[in-house]
Amino acid sequence: MRAVLAPEALEAIVEVLRRRDWRVVAPTVRDKAIVYGEIASAAELPVGWKDVQAPGSYRLERRGDEARFGYAVGPQSWKRELLAPSVRLLQIERANGSFKVAKKAAETARTAFFGVRPCEVAAIKIQDRVLIGGPYADEDYLERRKNSFIIAVNCGEPAENCFCASMGTGPKAEDGYDLVLTEILDGSHRFLAEAGTDEGAELLAELPQQPAEEADTAAAEKVTDTARERMGITLDRSDVHELLLANLEHERYDDVAKRCLACTNCTLACPTCFCTTVDDANDLSGGAGERIREWDSCFTAQYSEMHGGGTRRSLQSRYRQWLIHKLATWNDQFDTQGCVGCGRCITWCPVGIDIREEVVAIRVTQEAKS
Amino acid sequence: MADLPTIAIWKFSSCDGCQLTLLDCEDELLGILGRVQIAYFPEATRAEIEGPWDVSLVEGSVTTPEEAERIKEIREKSGLVVAIGACATAGGIQALRNWANVKEFASIVYAHPEYLETLETSTPHSDHIDIDLELQGCPISKAQLVDALLAVLSGRRPNVPTSAVCVECKRRQTPCVQVLGTPCLGPVTQAGCGAICPSFARGCYGCFGPKETPNTVSLAKRWSEMGASEDQLLRAFRTFNGYKPAFREESARHGG
Repeated sequence: MRAVLAPEALEAIVEVLRRRDWRVVAPTVRDKAIVYGEIASAAELPVGWKDVQAPGSYRLERRGDEARFGYAVGPQSWKRELLAPSVRLLQIERANGSFKVAKKAAETARTAFFGVRPCEVAAIKIQDRVLIGGPYADEDYLERRKNSFIIAVNCGEPAENCFCASMGTGPKAEDGYDLVLTEILDGSHRFLAEAGTDEGAELLAELPQQPAEEADTAAAEKVTDTARERMGITLDRSDVHELLLANLEHERYDDVAKRCLACTNCTLACPTCFCTTVDDANDLSGGAGERIREWDSCFTAQYSEMHGGGTRRSLQSRYRQWLIHKLATWNDQFDTQGCVGCGRCITWCPVGIDIREEVVAIRVTQEAKS
Repeated sequence: MADLPTIAIWKFSSCDGCQLTLLDCEDELLGILGRVQIAYFPEATRAEIEGPWDVSLVEGSVTTPEEAERIKEIREKSGLVVAIGACATAGGIQALRNWANVKEFASIVYAHPEYLETLETSTPHSDHIDIDLELQGCPISKAQLVDALLAVLSGRRPNVPTSAVCVECKRRQTPCVQVLGTPCLGPVTQAGCGAICPSFARGCYGCFGPKETPNTVSLAKRWSEMGASEDQLLRAFRTFNGYKPAFREESARHGG
């Protein structure tokens, strides 16, 4: 089911969803960036804004038009809604010489993600595989995932650090959404909307719309084709698995360690990284305790700490662990790729380390050898 | 009462802000007092219990010959010694004297500097004795102090992250201020404050001191590219925690 929507129909999307008790979370401008937040009106979308990204740099600029989705991805990802930054796993209470374990009460609100980029749809599918795809599902994630509704928006203007075309995850979403929009700025400003699920079709049916003509679908196709061409292929993943595993002791890791801050920004901005830490706390009376799970990162020394010390003390070893897991061993472990090419790890690295350049630097010496 | 562990709070060269953090634990204070005996805490009580003590919280740095002796005595009579705050763990802001001439300062400030008996340097307690736990920060985090006391009382490890402030920014969804154009010490500074300054669009100024494996050289290089002068870099790294080795070495690379 597909249709053409006028820009004003976005307001109807928000209205219908809210009427049906969905909390609508969408891109919005805050703190000089495009972040995700709950909106009550489509007017809160970043209308007429674009993001100018470079390694370690992000700026918002005016576009000169009224585009609703004229930017790429910002500092946050939908991970914040599904694999929440902080979750209470358990509450434990002392009772009659024994103790009682209380499960966390389900407090998940039905949430519609409005404006999910194709790379982010791909990231959600990867986290689904990792967190609920095996025999032991992450209950909190599962609960939030069941209560989510995805409105994807295909990409027309990738940012400088976008490389979804290299990773095969964009700029056009193929599946994994309830409804997908393509914003067409050429000619009259309009959106091509296509339902991906029955729920998506139900929502679409309630919106003011025009039938989609062949010219509309062609225009939408052109939007994503142009975006794909603009990005080109900047990370060759065809041989990256063999390349990285064949170069475990590469001198490039010494070089990157001079730049890497081990600050964790890349991993926490990454929409697929899922590392967490679990801490126990107790109250003053000694009668109750709780177990909290929070975002963590393989870049911290404490992350690999166990009896006898940490296993990844050097920055070389931490960067290598992340790069190889993300681009190679993740595939072996989960049978999906780990990177979706959103470019967040490049933009939000405070010193601008570019994962694509690191791979190229390793490939160059490999090619020289052979 | 007699079975409760004893806790003594000691002041060295400091502003008292860190030990006042204990009094600032308004919601938790009565609970804490119900589980320990305060043996020495002049900010709160005149009552005193003689040592040995189960736990000593030590605030302030060592700046006089008397303090250098006193901390050894406290160490001998204490089960656990917890150093609290930037002064106790790094030498504090007064460690700026370590790059200057104390006699000159004293002659300007005091009418009779000859009555002063002071050391040439301000140093953390770890330069003088073995420390069991350090809580960094100027001032320390109330939550970390309460957690540390609870950990001692219940025989578990305290939850003291050694990772960067960045982890806290990301958890609270604050966009990176450095990437947005404001130089920030967060990537080399230890978490614990809750990433307060970046949440107000300010760069972190390092009041919690260096994190584990801080790559100050790389961060300083980026600050230079962003337009920071050598003098600004020297001053950024030489504040409350300026004498902590990682920051001390970095400030030295920018002059002085």
